[in-house]
Amino acid sequence: MSGRADWPAHTVLALGVLLFLVPVWLLLAGSTLDPAAISRGELSMVPDLRNLGVYGTVLTEGAPGVGPVWRMMLVSAGMALAIAFGKIAISILSAYAVTFFRFPLRMVAFWIIFITLMLPVEVRIIPTYSVMSDLHLINTFPGLTIPLIASATATLLFRQTFLAIPDELVEAARMDGAGPWRFLKDILIPVSAANLAALFVILFVYGWNQYLWPLLVATDPSLDTIVIGIVKMIGTETQTEWNKVMAAAVLALLPPILVVVLMQRWFVKGLTEGDK
Amino acid sequence: MATLVIENLRKSFGPVAVLHGVDLALASGEMLVIVGASGCGKSTLLRLVAGLDAPTSGRIVLDGRDVARLDPSARDIAMVFQNYALYPHMSVFDNMAYGLRIRGLAKPDIERRVHEAADILGLRPLLTRKPRQLSGGQRQRVAMGRAIVREPKLFLFDEPLSNLDATLRVQMRAEIRRLQRRMGVTSLYVTHDQVEAMTLGDRLLVLHQGVPVQLATPMEVFGRPANTYVAGFIGAPAMNFLPATLASQGTAARFADGTIQRFADGRRAGADGHKLTIGIRPEHVEFEPGGQNFQVDLVEPLGSETVLIGRLASGQLISVKVAGAGPRDETLMVSFPASAFHVFDGTTGLRIDPVVN
Amino acid sequence: MERRTIFPGWGLPVLLVMPQLALTAVFFLWPAGQAIWSSMTRADPFGIRTTFVGLENFADLFSDPLYLDSAGRTVVFCAAVSAISLLLALALATAADREIRGRALYRFMLIWPYAVAPAISAVLWILLLHPQIGLVGHWLNRIGIVWDYKLNGTQAMLMVILASAWKQISYNFIFLLAGLQSIPKSIVEAARLDGAKGFFRFRTIILPLLMPTVFFLVIVNLVYAAFETFPTVLALTQGGPGKATETLVVKVYRDGVINLDVGSSSAQSVVLMAAVIVLTAVQFRFLGKRGGE
Repeated sequence: MSGRADWPAHTVLALGVLLFLVPVWLLLAGSTLDPAAISRGELSMVPDLRNLGVYGTVLTEGAPGVGPVWRMMLVSAGMALAIAFGKIAISILSAYAVTFFRFPLRMVAFWIIFITLMLPVEVRIIPTYSVMSDLHLINTFPGLTIPLIASATATLLFRQTFLAIPDELVEAARMDGAGPWRFLKDILIPVSAANLAALFVILFVYGWNQYLWPLLVATDPSLDTIVIGIVKMIGTETQTEWNKVMAAAVLALLPPILVVVLMQRWFVKGLTEGDK
Repeated sequence: MATLVIENLRKSFGPVAVLHGVDLALASGEMLVIVGASGCGKSTLLRLVAGLDAPTSGRIVLDGRDVARLDPSARDIAMVFQNYALYPHMSVFDNMAYGLRIRGLAKPDIERRVHEAADILGLRPLLTRKPRQLSGGQRQRVAMGRAIVREPKLFLFDEPLSNLDATLRVQMRAEIRRLQRRMGVTSLYVTHDQVEAMTLGDRLLVLHQGVPVQLATPMEVFGRPANTYVAGFIGAPAMNFLPATLASQGTAARFADGTIQRFADGRRAGADGHKLTIGIRPEHVEFEPGGQNFQVDLVEPLGSETVLIGRLASGQLISVKVAGAGPRDETLMVSFPASAFHVFDGTTGLRIDPVVN
Repeated sequence: MERRTIFPGWGLPVLLVMPQLALTAVFFLWPAGQAIWSSMTRADPFGIRTTFVGLENFADLFSDPLYLDSAGRTVVFCAAVSAISLLLALALATAADREIRGRALYRFMLIWPYAVAPAISAVLWILLLHPQIGLVGHWLNRIGIVWDYKLNGTQAMLMVILASAWKQISYNFIFLLAGLQSIPKSIVEAARLDGAKGFFRFRTIILPLLMPTVFFLVIVNLVYAAFETFPTVLALTQGGPGKATETLVVKVYRDGVINLDVGSSSAQSVVLMAAVIVLTAVQFRFLGKRGGE
């Protein structure tokens, strides 16, 4: 293109790729090593393929301090899916209402939703906890998910998408006789499919990676998510079985990475177009 | 087949009035072109008829029924949009069938109608394609097809050709005209393009700043423009306007350089000295030894004709259109034959016709 | 921005916004209101009676050297995390924007880390920098550099900064690459015809056009570093050693959930809310100028 050599770019990119690959490779290799050797500082980049059984062990039996990993993965998956689908459903409806209708207090409703953008869980830890306990939602699956379903991000993203739909498309549908429900179902949702997919990725990753919220409202070990479980495992540092921590971490990484990888094209498009 | 009557239709957005009372009556099967510069209110008028905006006041009577307060879907009107507004996720077939499905037509009926329309428009081989796989002209056809299959009482066209390139535009223009004649559907067609307006319309409505200025056949609008706005808007290059005053008891015009020319078609009412604007189309300007000096600045050869742009001795800029290559001289003598005069009031811009006696 | 075409009626839309409004009211507005209320009350040592104390909790907070230390630490932390991850991402995005072989693969390899949970990025960095088991940490100690982030506060801070910045590179990369790709080719070509080369062209043409994206990312990164790094910090150092890595969010958590000092913790929450509101307002004001809203 510019006639400049390509090798500087290749070097920078290769270093960047290594910056991410090396730690993850280390995690993979380490999970197959002998825990005693790891504790002695003999972590290495060479996996020992005889010890792949550790994955079976953590999946079914778990590790000191936590239950079996399959259970925690299940909780995480349930949480991530409930949050992703719940948020998408609720946000489509509210974004549809504020962009395609005029009703009393419409802007008030919009601003109330918008305000939630400014109130991340982290800044309202204590009061939210007391509300949750008033509603008897502590240590319940609904408590783990429902409060995270309402957030402005998805609504704003959908609003942005909906505002970008050409007026003529709406008008054509109205001339064709489509009412509000039909328009939503037949035109708007199919046309926004790419953004929907992107949002699904973003929300799934968001839900899967939650830490503070489950830490706060779910002390019951049967509601441990995989992320919570891993932090618990390294918390008991004196007796940490590092190979199991690493195996669990590998397993925890798989689902969100898979979702990002499989939906990469839509994800990048939706993230950069919607969020700006 | 239906008649359309519009009575005193007004539209304001807040305090801003964009349409100041339009009256229209379309015969069954008539094609009326609404023409004007952008912002003149022509699209608003179309949207009111479609039901996409609610009028501030006035009636829209379609086939004897006042539809002004009805939802668009209840009006039995189809519309072709400027950017086509095809549903991007549906095939050509589904795009055309969607409105029929909503209306609950039986499957075989839908198929029959879509296939008929597809045949008329040459879309048969494209029925399974998505809009993004189509060329501009093909999309335009699908948009037309979507309107045709509905078999509506009224067609609305909102500048449907403005997104096409020049060649395609000419071709589609003829096609729209043929189709509309053949189907005999009453139509409103909005455009800012005067060639489209002249060629397509049975009649034209010229809108200017929300006010209807002239409603007449294309040739009448061209031949007897109602005011200087219409005169300048229709015809290319635009009509030349020369300031003058009424003279000789209303039988002649006195120009800025003092020359007096008798009207060819009779006396105008009004006192001598009344300010006039004399309009003369570029193609009517004549070369004549002993006429006014015309200093040519710019020659625009168009092939079959040539446009010369330059100044008169008074400094006034005018254009002259001649057949063929035109003269090469830098200074010419021109005259303005009184038989080609359009006489307008110098202040109000309204056309002044001769007094009948 | 408003749509031109809308559907008539208001019963349906009100019904449609209700679920979200209800959830927002219960889980956002009510707790936020309670936070503001509790921030102006104080419980007696036995937790039996709470009394209204006005702005006293805030006054205490801003005269508490521990809190001010934590605030200063948070500023340094946020600035370092944002700067490191943005600069690295910018270098990567600039390289990936070139038409080189294998760029699709490069892009892919730089995007997937978006999915890594902050808590798991902590595990990865333990494997690298843990003084005993960490690949690099162990090696540092062997060659005679004393490295132990569990004892040395500066090293602990460095550790949480690295782990947090690392996690955010992918996100920044995605946005910066999209920003670079949205710069019209014709502008870059015009600059080439004008004779602008290499870094000069980058500095005078590309960077100014990329500034809107960069500015957006600065805000996002600051918010990320301030709030979402909580799991990383907790998993790596629990805020220690001492208070060396105790950022404001970690402090709210400690004071509220562990030490049960509701008044002070609520006051801290309210201060954080104010900070987020300011950042969001700046961001949206700016977005408005960009024509995004």
